[in-house]
Formats: sequence, C-alpha cells, structure tokens
Amino acid sequence: MSDPQTLASLTRPSRTPMLTKLPGLLEPHRIILLLIFIVGLVAAIQLMDWSWLPRYLPKLWEGLQMTLIMLVSSVVVGFLIALPLGLAQVKGAWPLRWLATGFCTVIRGTPLLLQLWLFYFGLGALFGQFPEIRDSWAWDYLRQAWPYGFIALTVSFAAYQGEVMRGAFAGVPHGELEAAKAFGMSRRKVFSRVWFPRAVHRALPTLTGEIILQLKSTPLVATITVMDLYAVITQVRQTTYLTYEPLLFLVAVYLCLSGVLIVGLRWLENRVPQH
Amino acid sequence: MTTVFDLSLLAYEPPGWGKVLLVGFMRSIQLAAGGYLLGILIGIAGAAGKLYGNKVVRDLFEIYTVVIRAVPELVLMLLFYYVGTDLLSRASTAMGFGSVDIDGLTAGILVIGLVQGGYATEVFRGAILAVPRGQTEAAHAFGMSPAQVLRRVTLPAMTPHALPGMANLWMIATKDTALLAVIGFSELTLVTRQAAGATQHYIMFFLAAGVLYLALTLISNVALRRFERYARRGLVSTR
Amino acid sequence: MFKTFTATAGLIGLSIFAAPVLADSYKIGLSAEPYPPFYAPDASGNWSGWEIDFIEELCDRLDAKCEIKPVAWEGIIPALKTGKIDMIIGSMSITPERAEQIAFSNKYYSSPTGILARKSTDIEPTPEGLEGAYLGIQSGTNQEQYARKHFADSATLNVYQTLNEELQDLVAGRIDAIVADTLAVQTFINSETGQSCCEYRGEVASDPELMSEGMGVGLRQSDTELRERVNSAIDAMRADSTYEEISAPYFDFDIYGS
Repeated sequence: MSDPQTLASLTRPSRTPMLTKLPGLLEPHRIILLLIFIVGLVAAIQLMDWSWLPRYLPKLWEGLQMTLIMLVSSVVVGFLIALPLGLAQVKGAWPLRWLATGFCTVIRGTPLLLQLWLFYFGLGALFGQFPEIRDSWAWDYLRQAWPYGFIALTVSFAAYQGEVMRGAFAGVPHGELEAAKAFGMSRRKVFSRVWFPRAVHRALPTLTGEIILQLKSTPLVATITVMDLYAVITQVRQTTYLTYEPLLFLVAVYLCLSGVLIVGLRWLENRVPQH
Repeated sequence: MTTVFDLSLLAYEPPGWGKVLLVGFMRSIQLAAGGYLLGILIGIAGAAGKLYGNKVVRDLFEIYTVVIRAVPELVLMLLFYYVGTDLLSRASTAMGFGSVDIDGLTAGILVIGLVQGGYATEVFRGAILAVPRGQTEAAHAFGMSPAQVLRRVTLPAMTPHALPGMANLWMIATKDTALLAVIGFSELTLVTRQAAGATQHYIMFFLAAGVLYLALTLISNVALRRFERYARRGLVSTR
Repeated sequence: MFKTFTATAGLIGLSIFAAPVLADSYKIGLSAEPYPPFYAPDASGNWSGWEIDFIEELCDRLDAKCEIKPVAWEGIIPALKTGKIDMIIGSMSITPERAEQIAFSNKYYSSPTGILARKSTDIEPTPEGLEGAYLGIQSGTNQEQYARKHFADSATLNVYQTLNEELQDLVAGRIDAIVADTLAVQTFINSETGQSCCEYRGEVASDPELMSEGMGVGLRQSDTELRERVNSAIDAMRADSTYEEISAPYFDFDIYGS
C-alpha cells in the first residue's frame, strides 16, 4: 500500500533545478584562475618577442616529427624486447635470469644521458676506427646520430618495462594457470592463451605513464646532434639570445604533447576490454 | 683515441683522473641529497595543500604537479635555472636587496628539488590517503592541533606507504643530477665528459662513471630495503 | 664576558677596517669543456692554459679576486646577463650580433675561422667546396651562425655541444670537416691523431657581420666602469711585455693579430 506522500511525489512534476552542482570548470575560483591565465597569456603574447616563431615554424615542425619518431619507435621496439626480458626473469633458467636481471639493473641504475654518450661517442668512435666498417654499407647508418639515440632510448625503455613485465608475469593468478593445465592444454598453449595475454593485460595500465616518461627522456638525444624539438629551440636560443620565450614555448608544446598522448592512450585503453 | 683501456688514467693522484671523478661524484651525491630533501619538504606541503587546503590551493598545486609530470626534466631544469633565477634576481632587486646570486650547488639543489617536489606531492598524497582514517580522527578527538596531528600521527603512519614511491624518487634524483651536465654543473657526468675529452679515452671514462652510479644505486637499494623493513614493523604484510 | 665582548668588538672593527683592503671579486665564465691551449681542466681538477694565465694577470691588474666558473657554452651569455658570472673570458669572438646583447672589451687575441677536414676528402673552405659534406659546428659559436648562413644549403650541419666532441667525430669519420677557430684546433692538428687523419684547409671567406676582429672580454652592458678598467689593463699588458711572457709557453707567434 502506497504512502500518500509517495503517491503525491510520483505525480508531482520534477522540481529539481537544472544544475545542482556547477560543472568543474565553472566554479567561481576556477573562473578567476582561468581569467588570470588568459590575461597572462595575452600579456605574454603582446609583450614578449615572438618574431622568431614564423621563421622557425618549418624547423620546429621537423623537430617535433623527430621527437615523435624517436618516441614511438623506442616505445614499440622497447616493449617487444621487454616481453622476453620479463619472462626470462620469472621463468628462465638461471643463466638467462641472471643476464636479464643484470641487464635491467645496470640500465636502470645508470643515467640515460651517460648511456647515450657512451653509445654515441664511445661506440661510434670505436666503429670509426676500423676502415672495413667505414667502407661498408653500414657506415651510412653508423655515422648518423639517430640510430644511437634510438638504441639508447629503446634499451632504456626495455629495461624499465622489463621490470614491469616481470611483475606482470609473476602476478598472473596461479589459479588461472592451474585451470588451464587442468584443461589439458600443453605448456605452449597455456602460455599463449592464458599467461601471456593476462600478463600483458596487467601491464597495460602502467603503459600510459611509461610512455609519458619516455617522452620526457627524448630531449636528451639533442646532445648527440639529433635535431629534435629541443635541439631546434636551442638553436633559436642561440640565434635570438632570448631567454624566456623559446623555453616557455617548449614547455607549452610538451604540455600539449603530453595531453594529446594521455587522451589518445586513454581512448585506446577504453577500447581494450577490461575483462 | 685508443680502445686499449689505460687504467692508470683512473688513478687517484694526477695524472690520473680518479680524484676529479670522485670529487664530481661527491658533488652529484650532494646535489641529489639536497634536491631529494627539498623535494620531500615541497611534497609534504603539496600533499597537505591538496588534501586539506581550500580549492584555490588545491588547484595551484594540481597545476604544479601536472606541469612537472608532463614537461621533460631537462626543459624544467633550464627553465628553473635561467628563468627562475632571473625572476628571483629581479624580485630581490625590486625589493631593494640587490641582485642575489645563487651559487651552483644551491641552484642545482633548487632545480632538482622543484622537480622532485612535483612527484613527491603525489606520493605523499597517496600515502596519507592510505592511513586509516580512524587514527587521524582519534588524534583530533584528543584535541591535538592540526600541526600536532600531522607531526605525531599522519606523517609516521604514512611513511611505510610512501616508502616505495620515495625510494623510486631517490633513484630518479641520483640520475637526474646527470642532466645538470647539460647546463654545465660540475657533477660526475660533466667531469667524466671533460676527462674523456682531454684524454680521448671515451669508453673507459664513461664506463667508470657508470660503475660509480651503479654502486650508488645498489648501495641505496640495500639501505632503502633495510629502512623499509624497519618502517613496516608492526604492519600487516600483504605477502 | 668582558673578554668575549672585546674579542667580538675587535673582530667587527677589524672587518670594518679590512673591508677596503679586501678587493672586488669577480666570477669569470668560460666554457665547461677542454679548449686547449687556451683553457683545459687537468687531472688535479684545476684549469690551466693561455687564457687562464691571462685571467690571472688581468685580475692582478684589476686588484680583484677572480673565481673561474665553467658554464655550458650554450648558456654563457644568459649566465652573464642574469649575474651568474661577471665576465666572459673564454675565447668569445666579438661580433655585432653579440654586441647587441653584451658589451665587449677591446680584443685580446684574434684567431681566424677555418675549415679542418679529413685528408681523404677534397673539401675547400667555400660553399661549393663543402657540397654534400657532413660539417660539424659547435652550438653557440659564431662559427655556427656563419655555417648556417653560408654552408647550410650545401653541407649537412651536425651541431655539437663541445669542440672536443666535434674533433672526436671528425677522427671517427662521422663528419668530413669542422669549422672552428684556427688557434683552437692547433693542438689537435699537431697531435698524432690530428696529423694522421686531418689537415687544415684554410680560412673561410670573411663576413663582417658574423666574423669578428678578435676575442674580447664579455661584460654586462651596464658595467661601463669595469669595461674601462679591463681595457686599460689589456693595453698595459700589451705595452709592457707581459702579454708576450704569457704567450711564450704556448705560441711562437703573436696571437694578438693586427
């Protein structure tokens, strides 16, 4: 039996106001902050010297492309290397395990800049010493700087991801593996159908963060003559002697890049079913 | 340049460069330690601001952490070193103190500390949230002031939760000091590059620097694991 | 208590009287890289070279205490402008572009800009002679500006952070030539590796906008008095034979130029 009040409330037209809570951006303090930001932006555009921007736009675009190429290639190849690295640390025979753990420890324990310089100046000079290498087809690649940047970034990403993959492989619930074995699947089938997909799935959420971290490592390749975005801005700083404007522009570009990457990766994450 | 490793160049006394490398290594450790401590202070302030502060403070700290986490450390270091110290100089001149010059070590510590602070804020925020609310509520019920609650209950209780993140941050701090070489600070990586340039023995010197960094990492790992075991005593382990 | 009081008063009094005796102190900026024979770090961590001797003599004459502060060359002008260093004495060329940003003293030595190339190439110090070559330049130098203006269309430019790394890659064969100050590469050319791999191909065509009359001490534009004092010190060094005495161990010709 219905409460007369409830019946009345059912027939009463809805009187809830349109907005019980202001959407995040429109809260008063946020509006003020936004206004301050816009005023600051306008002042920055008016008062600062941006005359170099149109001139350098093509170069900046090329630099941005180089940054993205370094990022994407090192992430993809690094991830592929990280998979066997993580697996070896969990399931491999002890020499393999020692090698993989040692590799990850050494790479994660030394600065990327040092590794980069070691690869480029150390190894590169080594190759140049042998005329046989210098006359071969490989020299066209070995003399360039970007392969060394690519290798250093890939190795670094592989080492950090290898640790993540180790945790992921070790953390797949045992019950699932046992159930698969109980079904009579061969060891290879267990691996390819249960263990591997589950481990990769466990590692995926951290991948977004790792990719952003890798983006933050890419400027280092400018120190070995690779012309990425940071290198172009350095050139601008040298030619125009401006301190603030190029650096602020660089900060803005990286903020936008990170934002785009995060949005894109989150969209990808949503496309991958969580179960 | 030769491929043969001339180990005599690593000797402690000149003409070996060992002493120079070790001095640079000490400088790196000083920079990392100073920056790490500054990062902890900023992190605690930031976490407190984000959790207990009013909306404006929360948003400002959010902007700070987003910028630190999205922009490369190298760019941030350039920004803080050139733009930051310039603004500081101008501010102090405007206030009548004359241009203030920050010496290399302090500038480096400031730079690393500001970067560390952004990450530390998030680590501490997560750790404080992991503290059972009953403990802070009981402290409030006892009549302790917010500062007392922070000092006596929140900080000690959040330490074991914060430790993995803070251990990671120490590793990041020691490696970020290498980036200061690009700005010209005399820490291990720059000194190594100078020594390698002067003697043309690139591979050997870079490997030597790598060994030093690795030693620092491994010793830090052992020490941090011991500290984590001490801090976790009494806590129920998830293992 | 009385003793402490007199001791403190004495110390304060002494420091007040001592103040005029304590000279000015300047932070001298130079590039944080080995740049022989002008300045290079040695195994004991000290800097030595022609320019270091010059700095010592100059500071003596200025009656000041000078501290050598290595800075990344890319950022040395901002470092001067923001007060991190007070003078740049690091083989910085006087160019009209730089003169818009900072003030220069009169020159204290001069060095032409030339091309150093691998023996196996037939590179000439002209845009046509560098066609298709890989050319090394150092970031923040006037040679970088020159190369970007004249050689960017014909050669591929590789930008390095230090001269050493350019030379390293030149020996390794990664680049075919570098454009640098002639005097700065003398040590390399005279060395064993330099003799076997590379040779000096000559000076580049002059460009008054970018090339300079010599190296000068970089100062903030507001430090006019300091500039006068530095100029008179340099003149004095040239007048009495101190300049030759400094140069004798390093060069067997007068590097002041005409």
